[in-house]
Amino acid sequence: MSKRWFERCFQLLICGLAVCVVAVMGWVLIDVIIQGLGHFSWQFLVTAPIDAGRAGGIGPIVVSTLLILIIALTVALPLGLAVAVWLAEFAARSSRFARISGVVLDVLAGVPSIVFGLFGNAFFCVYLGLGYSLLAGGLTLACMILPIFTRTCEIGLRAVSQDWRRGTAALGMTKASAVWHVLLPAARPAVLAGMVLGIGRATAETAALLFTSGYVDRMPGSVLDSGRALAVHIFDLSMNVTGGDGAAYASALVLVVLIIILNILAQQLTDRWLQQHSRA
Amino acid sequence: MYGKPSTSRTDRWLAATLQLFTTITVLLLITIVGFLCLESWQLISGSGQNTGIFALLSGQDWYPLEGKFGMGPMILASLAVTFGAICLALPIGLACAICLQFYASRGIARWFELALILLAGIPSVIFGLWGLTRLVPIIGSWQPPGASMLAAILVLALMICPTVALTTTAALRALPLSLTAGSEALGLRLPTQIIQVYLPAARSGIISGVLLATARALGETMAVLMVAGNVVQNPSDLFSPVRVLTANIALEMAYAMGDHRGSLFASGLLLTALVWILSLWANRASGQRLLRAPYV
Amino acid sequence: MNMALSTKHGLLALIGLILSCSTALAASDRLSLTGSSTVAPLLLEIGKRYESLNPAVRVDVQTGGSSRGIQDARMGTADAGMVSRALKPAEKDLTPFLVAMDGIGMIVHQSNPIKALSDTQIKAIYTGKINNWQQVGGKDQPITVVTKAEGRSTLELFLEHFELKNSQIKPQVVIGDNQQGVKTVAGNPGAIGYVSIGAAEYEHARAVPIKLLPMDGKPASVAAVAKGQYPFARELNLVVKGKPSKQLQDFIAFAQSAKVNDLIDAQFLVSPRTVTAKAKAGASVGASQAKQ
Repeated sequence: MSKRWFERCFQLLICGLAVCVVAVMGWVLIDVIIQGLGHFSWQFLVTAPIDAGRAGGIGPIVVSTLLILIIALTVALPLGLAVAVWLAEFAARSSRFARISGVVLDVLAGVPSIVFGLFGNAFFCVYLGLGYSLLAGGLTLACMILPIFTRTCEIGLRAVSQDWRRGTAALGMTKASAVWHVLLPAARPAVLAGMVLGIGRATAETAALLFTSGYVDRMPGSVLDSGRALAVHIFDLSMNVTGGDGAAYASALVLVVLIIILNILAQQLTDRWLQQHSRA
Repeated sequence: MYGKPSTSRTDRWLAATLQLFTTITVLLLITIVGFLCLESWQLISGSGQNTGIFALLSGQDWYPLEGKFGMGPMILASLAVTFGAICLALPIGLACAICLQFYASRGIARWFELALILLAGIPSVIFGLWGLTRLVPIIGSWQPPGASMLAAILVLALMICPTVALTTTAALRALPLSLTAGSEALGLRLPTQIIQVYLPAARSGIISGVLLATARALGETMAVLMVAGNVVQNPSDLFSPVRVLTANIALEMAYAMGDHRGSLFASGLLLTALVWILSLWANRASGQRLLRAPYV
Repeated sequence: MNMALSTKHGLLALIGLILSCSTALAASDRLSLTGSSTVAPLLLEIGKRYESLNPAVRVDVQTGGSSRGIQDARMGTADAGMVSRALKPAEKDLTPFLVAMDGIGMIVHQSNPIKALSDTQIKAIYTGKINNWQQVGGKDQPITVVTKAEGRSTLELFLEHFELKNSQIKPQVVIGDNQQGVKTVAGNPGAIGYVSIGAAEYEHARAVPIKLLPMDGKPASVAAVAKGQYPFARELNLVVKGKPSKQLQDFIAFAQSAKVNDLIDAQFLVSPRTVTAKAKAGASVGASQAKQ
């Protein structure tokens, strides 16, 4: 009798805790959705902020965020792909340099985001003289995305069956064309998933952008101008602007929707890759 | 790969270019550490009363205007907040994982896991926003000022809970079927199975996940900055405001010059060192590469 | 096919990048101002009006504190610095241009029944000797002391006016910009803080639940600062190193002209043209007593 009771209690406790967690998370999300919808409108997405952001919208901020993302991706994607290809295809397994690079990537992935902000400020803004600019922010984010993207690509490439490589060798293809025409396309879902994850991480980033991209909330004229990213805007509205909570929640809604879309995309791509992989 | 290296000219050229890019990446890390050290060197190497590593780490007074850069209270605050968050997130994360793996039906489990993955990706500003507008007033009505260590611990626990849950689930999934078969054959009840067999067996994976979550909590800036009150003092009770190292950098970076700036870089170095030690430990514990599931 | 797609995307992005860089080169004149968060809102508005009159120019305003404003002006990182106090004797290498005047006032929540606090009481509250509103004649409520983080000139002036050192202050919350201070006090019925009078009145006009306390018996209002009656007034300056460029000179002339009077009024600051000589003297005296 008491055995059943014990089992029931345990199950209740465990599932109860899980439900609590889901409830609190749900509270946060529902809050964001309800409060955000109250202030949101399609105009909100395109007009400029008025009165420090209390009124108006987030148009220039969305543009700044996109520009920072484009810069970060333009730098991180080719570099990350190159390193992944080298590690997976060209480096000898026993090469010390390959092992060091692997460790370096892991270490880079662990650096806290605020420390990237410090580095970005000291290196891009001061040393290279870019000042507070979208370019400095984008480059800093590129440093942050690089390890994750490289790792994901490398895993994707390594997972491609050796049969494919033997096939390309049998056909007399150079390694270069093997990589370009056969291996990378085979690892495509992993590469795309890595890219989407990188974008997700970059969009959520605030601390690193605080002192590299600056605070200016106007439409940036060029990449050397300072601009405010969406996450930074939410931060400023909630901390510094009285009556800015409504706009903060609306911006948070936009950000959350973006992240959810990106995450779902990443999930689909990873699932597709796993499916492909198990077939081959 | 295998066999002798390719002799095609394109291949050699490509290999060289790719190796160059890899070198750039390695140089990046060196540059980062280099700049951190460069900016903080003057402060760390000083031997005055308020400079030098010992004074920075153990000093109790943080008054940059008066030249005092004691990070003691802030280091303690960072550790206390992280420890509190882990104490809260560990049991809850474990419970979620157990529920997900053993008790939930197929359909619910799929949605639950998706929800956890989604939540792991929500930016910290949004948790900070929620904490600032909802949690702090609630705590404040109970015990002013509201912005306190308790608020920081609660928000952080909420943020790292999905990480703990997901890594534990992965560890439980990796358990060999023979374990399940064996414990069923012995006639053990499910709770006993979980507590006495599965959790201990998945121990290394769980520990590694917890350490990764700790590293994340330690490096978290925005959410804590928004809810913790930011007063530099030793954490005395749950309701008193504290300032953690990360929030300190964010608060003062734009305004800091000279030695003050150096002290912020020094705290950055300290944070990075702590996070690396934790990651290394996690690596050892799990016996695998550091960077695991991409969503972590 | 998908590889081709991502290459195309990459190329598009690159082209977009080049285009935007070339707009930078083709660019407009850029004036960058950094410094005090008190002066920033005003100069932001002045900058916008100036841009509408001179479309080829772009005025960028960034906060960073008065000390940052001085350093950026010195190092040339910014064209001009915004400083919310008079210059100290050690800063003689910079030229100040007065744009407005302001005061620092104590704010409490609107529901707080307290009508005034003496200097001694304020000092006692901030050093932690008094910690309940009941002890100064208010409700039975613990006092939540709000102070500014280091590097802000509002903090420096506050410390100097009340002859305190930062290590003596026992706060419950530390904030950064003026606006954050107002928001914190508005959210906390037992809070007390000090902010720029301009910021406080600006928010008060938006029905934010705060109120300004008189200092030394004199009401904390824009009008009092203008007449020189308020004991805690200060100058808001633009500082430049050496000779300003033609563009900058033009902008400073605009900022100091009567064309921006309505902007100054909208921010609840005092225009230097309406302020009396007595008030100006009072503000500079305060600064010369500042530590070197």
